[in-house]
Amino acid sequence: MRRPSSEALRLALPIMALAALLIGIFVMRPNVMSYNGLHLLFKLGIPIALATLAQMVIMSVNDLDLSMGSFISFVACVTATWLVDAPVIGALILLVAIATYALLGMVIAYRGLPSIVVTLGMSFVWAGLAVLVLPTPGGTAPAWVTAIMSARPAAMPMGIAGSILIAVLAHILIMRSSFGVLIRGVGGNERSVARAGWSVLWARGAAYATAATFAVAAGITLVGLMTSADANIALRYTLLSIAGVILGGGEFIGGRVSAIGAVFGALTLLLAGSFLTFLKVSPDWQIGAQGLILILILALRLLLARLERNGLRA
Amino acid sequence: MPVIDVTDARVRFGEVVALDGVSLQIRLGECIGLVGHNGAGKSTLVNIINGGLTLQKGQIAGDGELIPTYGIKVARARGLRCVFQELSLCPNLSIIENTRLMHRTLGGWGWRSRARSVISHSLDQIFPGHRIDPTAQVGTLAIAERQMVEIAMAFSDAGIAPRLVILDEPTSSLDAGLAAQLLTQVRRFIAAGGAVVLISHILQEILSVSTRIVVMKDGRIVAERPASAFTHSGLVEAMGSVPREQAARTRAAAGDAVLTLKAPRQGRHDFVARKGEVIGLAGLGGHGQTDMLLALFDLKSPQWLPRRDPAVTFVAGDRRLNGVFDLWSILRNTTIASLQDLSGRGLLNDRAEARSAADWKDRIGIRTPDMHNKILSLSGGNQQKVLFARALGTRAPVILMDDPMRGVDVGTKQEVYAIIRAEAAAGRTFVWYSTETEEMQLCDRVYVFREGLIVAELTGDAITENAILRASFRDEAA
Repeated sequence: MRRPSSEALRLALPIMALAALLIGIFVMRPNVMSYNGLHLLFKLGIPIALATLAQMVIMSVNDLDLSMGSFISFVACVTATWLVDAPVIGALILLVAIATYALLGMVIAYRGLPSIVVTLGMSFVWAGLAVLVLPTPGGTAPAWVTAIMSARPAAMPMGIAGSILIAVLAHILIMRSSFGVLIRGVGGNERSVARAGWSVLWARGAAYATAATFAVAAGITLVGLMTSADANIALRYTLLSIAGVILGGGEFIGGRVSAIGAVFGALTLLLAGSFLTFLKVSPDWQIGAQGLILILILALRLLLARLERNGLRA
Repeated sequence: MPVIDVTDARVRFGEVVALDGVSLQIRLGECIGLVGHNGAGKSTLVNIINGGLTLQKGQIAGDGELIPTYGIKVARARGLRCVFQELSLCPNLSIIENTRLMHRTLGGWGWRSRARSVISHSLDQIFPGHRIDPTAQVGTLAIAERQMVEIAMAFSDAGIAPRLVILDEPTSSLDAGLAAQLLTQVRRFIAAGGAVVLISHILQEILSVSTRIVVMKDGRIVAERPASAFTHSGLVEAMGSVPREQAARTRAAAGDAVLTLKAPRQGRHDFVARKGEVIGLAGLGGHGQTDMLLALFDLKSPQWLPRRDPAVTFVAGDRRLNGVFDLWSILRNTTIASLQDLSGRGLLNDRAEARSAADWKDRIGIRTPDMHNKILSLSGGNQQKVLFARALGTRAPVILMDDPMRGVDVGTKQEVYAIIRAEAAAGRTFVWYSTETEEMQLCDRVYVFREGLIVAELTGDAITENAILRASFRDEAA
């Protein structure tokens, strides 16, 4: 008999966690079980899912991006100002930002720098730029972004439909394409990738550019939902995105990631907040309680990993 | 015309001369057996040929023309493939995905099915009846299966046909049947006009399959003859096994057991270490020896509260990974494990620390003008001595050593062996994992590992290279 693959086991946990939270919410507030209820519940799902995927791409090459939140905030500020007033310049700014990410990835590969230090430094750069672009909260969302984000597909709310679409696209790109294999190969065994004649330098650069593209999409969609921006709008996305990847079955090193898992992880974290609100946990305690949920789920993950190992030995 | 022609290759790593003027021609249709002791320069030569290392002197020609900028890409484009001693696939990817990475020409829509047929075809040809699922993740495969995949990968053809395949200890984790299948493949491959360079410590394999045998020693080629001109003993002689000055095995009266570990399964050997013994952990690399050392360490060292009298201490083998503190001085690196003995009321006694370090500098012969120099100013061998001094400086009665002599020169080794014997005679216990059989012969008792378990226990004069190899390779005489 064929045992379920370890990948399937890893994916099972975030799905079960999401289902458990959803059921909990439904039990407490049955009226959430409607189009409108789900719409509100998953409203912020798309930007969080995109941010988590961006982080996942970075983590698949054994790096970590601590500037994710401030980069997305910067993108949001550009979206709410330049992209509205002068779309061409705005788009150009975002392209340069993506190119900067690619360059960072190549510098990290070339000099063997720790990505944590480089991105921590960059987080202040992005935060500063965001304040320069938009000194006080405000701005408006480009009309086309608002139109997309406020669409109400008949089948399911936008937050869910968008998340599914993003998960499928990312799965194809990272898990199925040659490009994705190369990137995860760099995470798995950099030397053997180099020995096969690939340039690890360019592979890392491409991974960072891909991550930046996801992050730009996260920033733009976030503004579409909020209809305005400020320089601190997405700061908590740094840690949320890392937690989402790990929750979704990813590892910090070794190139083991899952795109679908990451999206599930992101949505689980999103629901954890609502769940606590419905439980009437006071906002003062919510962040702590969210942390507790996270620890609980990760402990389960360790347990599963142990089962997996024992299963292999037997 | 030779497919690869290396002329007067010279490579140095710091003070160590790895290749000292090596010239080698590899022609199509021949299998070159490359033999030599550890550190003879075989791996360096292989890395030169596959483009991973750049020559500091000398030149490489391919098919008669000089190649000025030789590198990995050039080598691969010429049909050169390599199976490395340490497995070099991506463990997080499936076999199909690894195939895609290895063959740059496979890209485009539908690469999965193409990669699948390429690797399946090669696996079926070399290892008929292999039962390996190409969609499996490499990390979940057994070690022998991984090696099979790697070999099949090297011989697979996806656009650029392999012409020269270098096999570096390819049979180290294959059983007799699989090894025979591989050797058959080598014969078939050279008959079809390919070339193979085979490195193996199993001389019988080399003798049976090679057309020409090249013997290396100390970075030079010392003999090069058709295989028919060599016999088993002639080959050993040519490698020039230095008559080893074996530190006499002092038969210390076996003391009390200081460390025991039950075998995880019934019917296997338990681990016992007695006072004053030097215990060897042998077998092929990566068969559970390091895990055993770590288990022994965890068993005896409390996780929560450090003890003033540690029961065990550890000498790391991978110096850069978990041995030295890069940025610290030699002195700090020496005393870090015994700081509690060198301090009073929580404060470190500088004078006691300096005294202890100076003491060890003399006893173990650390070659440095000043113990306050950075640790990285020392040669590898001397860094290793510092790690020994660190371990011996504690009061731990048991010392665990994880292949500590990797990349250490012969002179240093002899000095350290003497220290180990002296400390053992004084009542300390050593548990010593080494991949070098010679070192195992210095031990009082040896446990041989295979697939994570102790499969044999050898004592005293029964510890021979043959006995260890026989136990490491299930039922297979070396």
